[in-house]
Amino acid sequence: MSAQATSKKKAPVEAAVPERLTPALLAFIEEWKPRPGNLIMVLHRVQEAFGYVPRQVAFEVAERLEIPVARVYGVLTFYHLFKLKKPGRNRICVCMGTACYLKGGEDLIFELERELGVGLNVVTPDGEFSVEAVRCIGCCGLAPVMTVNGEVFGHVAKKELPKIIKRFREAACTPPSATT
Amino acid sequence: MFDCEINGIKLQVAPGTTILDAARQVNVKIPTLCYHPDLPAWAACGICVVKVEGSPKMLRACATPVGPGMKIITHDPEIVRVRRTVLELILSTHPNDCLQCPRNGNCELQTLAAEFGIREVPYQKRVRDLPQDDSTPSLILNPSKCINCGRCVLVCQQMQNVWALEFQGRGENVRMAPSADFKLNESPCIKCGQCSAHCPVGAIYERDETRKAWDALEDPDKHCIVQIAPAVRVAIGEAFGLPPGTLLTGKLYAALRRLGFHAVFDTNFGADLTIMEEGTEFVQRFAHGKGALPLITSCCPAWTDYMEKFAPDFTENFSTAKSPHEMVGALSKTYYARKKGLDPAKIFGVSIMPCTAKKYEITRTDEMFSSGHQDIDVVLTTRELARMLKSAGIVFDQLPDEECDLLLGDYTGAGTIFGVTGGVMEAALRTAHHLITGENLGDVRFEQVRGLEGVKEAIIDIEGTQIRIAVAHWMCNIEKVLDRVRKTRADGKEPYYHFIEVMACRGGCVGGGGQPYGATDEIRRRRTAGLYQDDEGSTYRCSHENPHVLKLYQEFLDKPLSKKAHNLLHTHYKSRPQYKANRG
Repeated sequence: MSAQATSKKKAPVEAAVPERLTPALLAFIEEWKPRPGNLIMVLHRVQEAFGYVPRQVAFEVAERLEIPVARVYGVLTFYHLFKLKKPGRNRICVCMGTACYLKGGEDLIFELERELGVGLNVVTPDGEFSVEAVRCIGCCGLAPVMTVNGEVFGHVAKKELPKIIKRFREAACTPPSATT
Repeated sequence: MFDCEINGIKLQVAPGTTILDAARQVNVKIPTLCYHPDLPAWAACGICVVKVEGSPKMLRACATPVGPGMKIITHDPEIVRVRRTVLELILSTHPNDCLQCPRNGNCELQTLAAEFGIREVPYQKRVRDLPQDDSTPSLILNPSKCINCGRCVLVCQQMQNVWALEFQGRGENVRMAPSADFKLNESPCIKCGQCSAHCPVGAIYERDETRKAWDALEDPDKHCIVQIAPAVRVAIGEAFGLPPGTLLTGKLYAALRRLGFHAVFDTNFGADLTIMEEGTEFVQRFAHGKGALPLITSCCPAWTDYMEKFAPDFTENFSTAKSPHEMVGALSKTYYARKKGLDPAKIFGVSIMPCTAKKYEITRTDEMFSSGHQDIDVVLTTRELARMLKSAGIVFDQLPDEECDLLLGDYTGAGTIFGVTGGVMEAALRTAHHLITGENLGDVRFEQVRGLEGVKEAIIDIEGTQIRIAVAHWMCNIEKVLDRVRKTRADGKEPYYHFIEVMACRGGCVGGGGQPYGATDEIRRRRTAGLYQDDEGSTYRCSHENPHVLKLYQEFLDKPLSKKAHNLLHTHYKSRPQYKANRG
């Protein structure tokens, strides 16, 4: 019983722990601190590590680089690439470059919104998916194109979407040990 | 110097002169909107475009230096049409609710629309509906009215080094706002109000509290008292068409009585009192080793807010003496109330200040309630007072001069120069000289601390005693002064300075964030000259000679730094982390 009580106590504490700079990121910041253009480089790394730039981490970056928080946010909000909110566990990016747009990229977005029940850049309540519109990803021959967690899907038809979503949703249910 | 030509007029200009400034030399006014002489030109709005012979495109006059032999056309039908389009596009994203706008009558966009004779806007209206930020006691941000000129951001970052405001987002969605969705009050904002003084439109303005003053004046149970800060008397005339720097003390007293105030005091009295307390504090620290050096002045609430947020390692260096208007406030509800047999609960104290941060200061700590009541009930800026006078139908510039109520209103020349950079230092030195030597100065002027230079340093010799001083104003200048002190402190050496004066606004309070709009260095100089004129014309020019201050000590406070003085006239500072609501 006592073990149960401890674990019950522990779980929310763990969940509340904010994202912090990892030792690898700290080392990267130290390396880049004296160089010009360091802020963009650091923010790229942060986003790679967390999938977005958590507020606490943005404040830590400002502190480590000894620059005002406002400068960090000026850069963060200027570039569309940087995300300030945590994306879904599965990140769907629909290409809205010219070719994909003409081939029905927007229809894919409407269908994904309908299928998942949330709009663009909003995470599904279960935390599984988020959909974003992105600029050309460089494979216009496959238009319309979308990526899920970096995996590219070309010539996507609306009717294929439920299957793709299902595949990634089920991948979550598989215990990590079972995956290769 | 080299030759150039503007609209066919030949002239000579110095290298580096912009087309905008060169045009002014030959009495040509090129319209501007984002440009401000306090700030680097950064060519955001495009309304100042001109034609230059040989250039395939129009160039922005604010950011283009004149070249040798350059031939410039500033006005022709095509240029005016381009400017007009720029203006129409801005107006299509602006609410255009001029009649209800705090900037009605002194808005730069409104003025341009009038000058261009805009009667309709041909573009589809697209006003962004963004929420107001009224989180601070001092300032309101109304981003729906913002025209993205960027002045406030440049002011906040480059002039003031505060970095509360930043461009958030890009393109048509850009907003000037605090970072990370924080409200202004949780951001590093120091409430100096320079953003509001530089905003060309009604997107940032002082919190209007004139209603509170009117309500108190209408209430028959209230005994309303008022005081005016030094810098107000040389600036308020601008709101009535008088030249900057016109000294209007007597007319202000008269006008305030006409508004219905029962007693009219002067913050300059508080300034003299501040010098008695702070000067004594300095001598205690300097000559008797009691307390940290350098002593740093704390009259400016934007500066103390800055220190608490950015430089808390200087907390113990701050003078504990309250700012002058807080001293007058505390005494009005104790000393004055007792002398007049008034219930302090019924006294309503109004301070007329050149400053938006003073609105924040009056509830800053429990010590601002030292009389047992809120020592000052409301702070109105110079701009708010001008509106009150106009709405009361007072023909201000024609009023006969009156005297103030001397009990808390008598002042010396030392008190009145508190409104300019270097003034607090000069006033303190005049009295410190007396405290150290027991004698009065022959010539009371300290030219070393005067002028608009960002940091002024001097070594003052008082009969063989050397005092190292620094005077800094306009916040971006303060860090280098503090760093020098930090260095000697880290090295375990004698402090780099003994005494530092800081004012947050350029030029000191004469250039305050609550002053009439349109301040430039020229206007700051003229307001400054007005205060020095007041000083020169004063019977007494040292705070320790103020007969009513001496009387106050005799009858009530005993002596500077007495227990009673400490309870009523002193305060303390502490570290206040920025973005404090965050970091969880």
